[in-house]
Amino acid sequence: MNDRPFIVAGLIVFVAIVTTPLWRGVTARNVVLAAPEIKLPAHEKQCVAPLNYMRASHMQLLEQWRDDVVRQQQPRYAAYNGRVYEKSLSKTCLSQCHGSRQEFCDRCHNYNGVAALNCWECHNDAPPAPRSTP
Amino acid sequence: MLLSQKALVGGRGYWLWITCLLLVVLAGLVCYLRQLAQGLVITGLSRDVTWGIYIAQFTFFVGIAASAVTVVLPYYLHDCKQFSRLTILGELLAISAVLMAVLFIIVDLGQPSRILNIVLHPQPQSVMFWDMIALSGYFLINIVIASGTVNAGREQVSPPSWIKTLAFISIPWAVSIHTVTAFLFSGLPGRSYWLTAILAPRFLASAFASGSALLILLSFMIRKLTAFDVGSEAPSKLAVILAYATAINVFFILAEVFTAFYSEIPDHEVGFEYLFIGLRSDYHLVPWMWLSFLLSLIALTLLLVPHWRTNSRLLVIACVCIFVSIWLDKGLGLIIAGFVPSPLGAITQYVPTLPEWTIVSGIWALGALVTTAFFKTAFSAWEGN
Amino acid sequence: MKITRKQFFQLAGLSLIAVGAKKLIKGTGEAAASEGAAKTTRWGMAIDLEKCRQKEGCRSCINACHSAHNVPQFADRAHEVKWVWKQPFSDVFPFAQTQYTENRFASLPVLLMCNHCDDPPCQDVCPVDATWRTDDGVVTIDFHRCIGCRYCMAACPYGSRSFNWQDPRPAIATVNPDFPTRAKGVVEKCSFCEERLAKKSGPLCVEACEEKALVFGDLDQPDSEIRKVLRLRFALQRKPELGTGPSVYYLL
Repeated sequence: MNDRPFIVAGLIVFVAIVTTPLWRGVTARNVVLAAPEIKLPAHEKQCVAPLNYMRASHMQLLEQWRDDVVRQQQPRYAAYNGRVYEKSLSKTCLSQCHGSRQEFCDRCHNYNGVAALNCWECHNDAPPAPRSTP
Repeated sequence: MLLSQKALVGGRGYWLWITCLLLVVLAGLVCYLRQLAQGLVITGLSRDVTWGIYIAQFTFFVGIAASAVTVVLPYYLHDCKQFSRLTILGELLAISAVLMAVLFIIVDLGQPSRILNIVLHPQPQSVMFWDMIALSGYFLINIVIASGTVNAGREQVSPPSWIKTLAFISIPWAVSIHTVTAFLFSGLPGRSYWLTAILAPRFLASAFASGSALLILLSFMIRKLTAFDVGSEAPSKLAVILAYATAINVFFILAEVFTAFYSEIPDHEVGFEYLFIGLRSDYHLVPWMWLSFLLSLIALTLLLVPHWRTNSRLLVIACVCIFVSIWLDKGLGLIIAGFVPSPLGAITQYVPTLPEWTIVSGIWALGALVTTAFFKTAFSAWEGN
Repeated sequence: MKITRKQFFQLAGLSLIAVGAKKLIKGTGEAAASEGAAKTTRWGMAIDLEKCRQKEGCRSCINACHSAHNVPQFADRAHEVKWVWKQPFSDVFPFAQTQYTENRFASLPVLLMCNHCDDPPCQDVCPVDATWRTDDGVVTIDFHRCIGCRYCMAACPYGSRSFNWQDPRPAIATVNPDFPTRAKGVVEKCSFCEERLAKKSGPLCVEACEEKALVFGDLDQPDSEIRKVLRLRFALQRKPELGTGPSVYYLL
């Protein structure tokens, strides 16, 4: 019977922890409720893959590119539109089209709190001067 | 009450022990978080000496885990009934020793979040892969055997027959975990101190010696602190096994020294020179290695003379001596001497830093905590709830 | 239809054998096919020690490599990261000279790097396949896969590998944006400038050497420049008795 205060206290702590996603957002000060605005490339309308695929699976594509370049020494990507790109997030995606990670990748990734694979610990987000496709 | 809940029941002394251990574990954890944030730069490791006390302790505790075989083999294979209570302690100790060994590996990794890569991308040509297989298997085998035995003890029935089968399997498996650990080192072409066929036998001999010494010390401690008694015959029988293991260990060391210094091949001599004489004004390991050798000679003398071996106080001294001796040799000297001199002849001194020692102590404390909990559970089972 | 346990195991066993046999046949078939395959490439380097010693204190190759590849410069020798460096001859070939022959060669600087062995011990020991020898003879590292266990560093008989004990970025003076850095906790080493080889260019050290002391080429091509120079001059390898098959030769 003298365990009851402990049990009740424990239950309160448990419920508080489990419902954190619900109440923490309300009490946080810097809440942005609108969807993030990403900078789209000025002169390109087509990505290396169709829009819906990129929306759903761009991370899978990048991981595949990573393994192809590093483990298979195959850096050329024949896209669905017939063009050939170099498999590189920095040099192809950012440098040629999307500008910088702050203007593009980070907008959605920060908003959604998705940052598990930290590419930028090693890869450079300051893209080199834009150059033509190989 | 669940059997394992017995670990939460104890007097003031018990809880003081647990609290001290938890504090050390906490300190180790804080230092490890610092290591995760800053990198292994907070250790004393360097480009030349890339493995240090973490890997050395891993090796030492794999040895302790393997030493369970010194009680399992006589009990299950040769029906030494006197070992009935000691065997369960050995098996429980093996579980915590494997846990500690794995923790030492994890704290040594530069990218520990990627540790599952070993399972996702298995490499059978790497000895480390087989070490993972062997250690995981041994861990599971001992958990099953120990829980089966402890539960049977609580019900006051004899353990089911499949436990005997598992125990039979655990005997060669115990040998294999430490052989595989030795093979991690003894197949590397560039490290002359390790490139010797006797490394695996040396590991096993030192494991059996240090592990059985620890088990004898623990059984004396338990007899003093709790109502659990392994009996008077078990420690003295184990002491005989310890005597043989110590003798073989000393012989192996002398055999190595002979090959190195009689052949006078510089590459073979230089590892022992570094440890026992010093090289180019780096002598910091020399006193510790001679202490290690002296302690093993003292232990051997005390153990070989029956009159002294049967004297409990002298037996305790012998056990402490051989345990410390092997800890110094295997848990310190072995790894460092593999890296000095470096492939380009550099003598780089390795001294573990305070954060490194704290992390090591944290893992020791965690192992002691787990062992305490296991033993308390086992004692409660035998004393009949 | 009810199947007994015995029948199930028989079926399972037979299926396993069938799958295994199929894999075996497929495997031997592929091996046989590749034996009659086209020419192989094996990249190698010859370092002319006489030409290298012409300019005392020269570090052109080292600077070119380290700056292009974002190799961090740490003042503390214990934590240094280096892909290419120099050490005296007596350190590299300790038993080649005695006190009677020392004067001329002992202090000769020898350029050191990964030997890109034909049978690298580092590849054998890596538990996650983060380092391996490519088909054209370059021993490479996948920095994404590396768990930082440093087993490869223990296995390398040449001391060619460095570990990132801490975050390398603060120690890089100017980051080359065209090449990634590495993170703390992974191993790195000379890569024979793999990224340049892919674009049919040669390693940066070879290009940077003003004395033209470095010769890089395909060891499997009998008429390559490196094969020619190896026929002309006496060449040493580091620790060949270990059976690693180094691809770096030192011309005396």
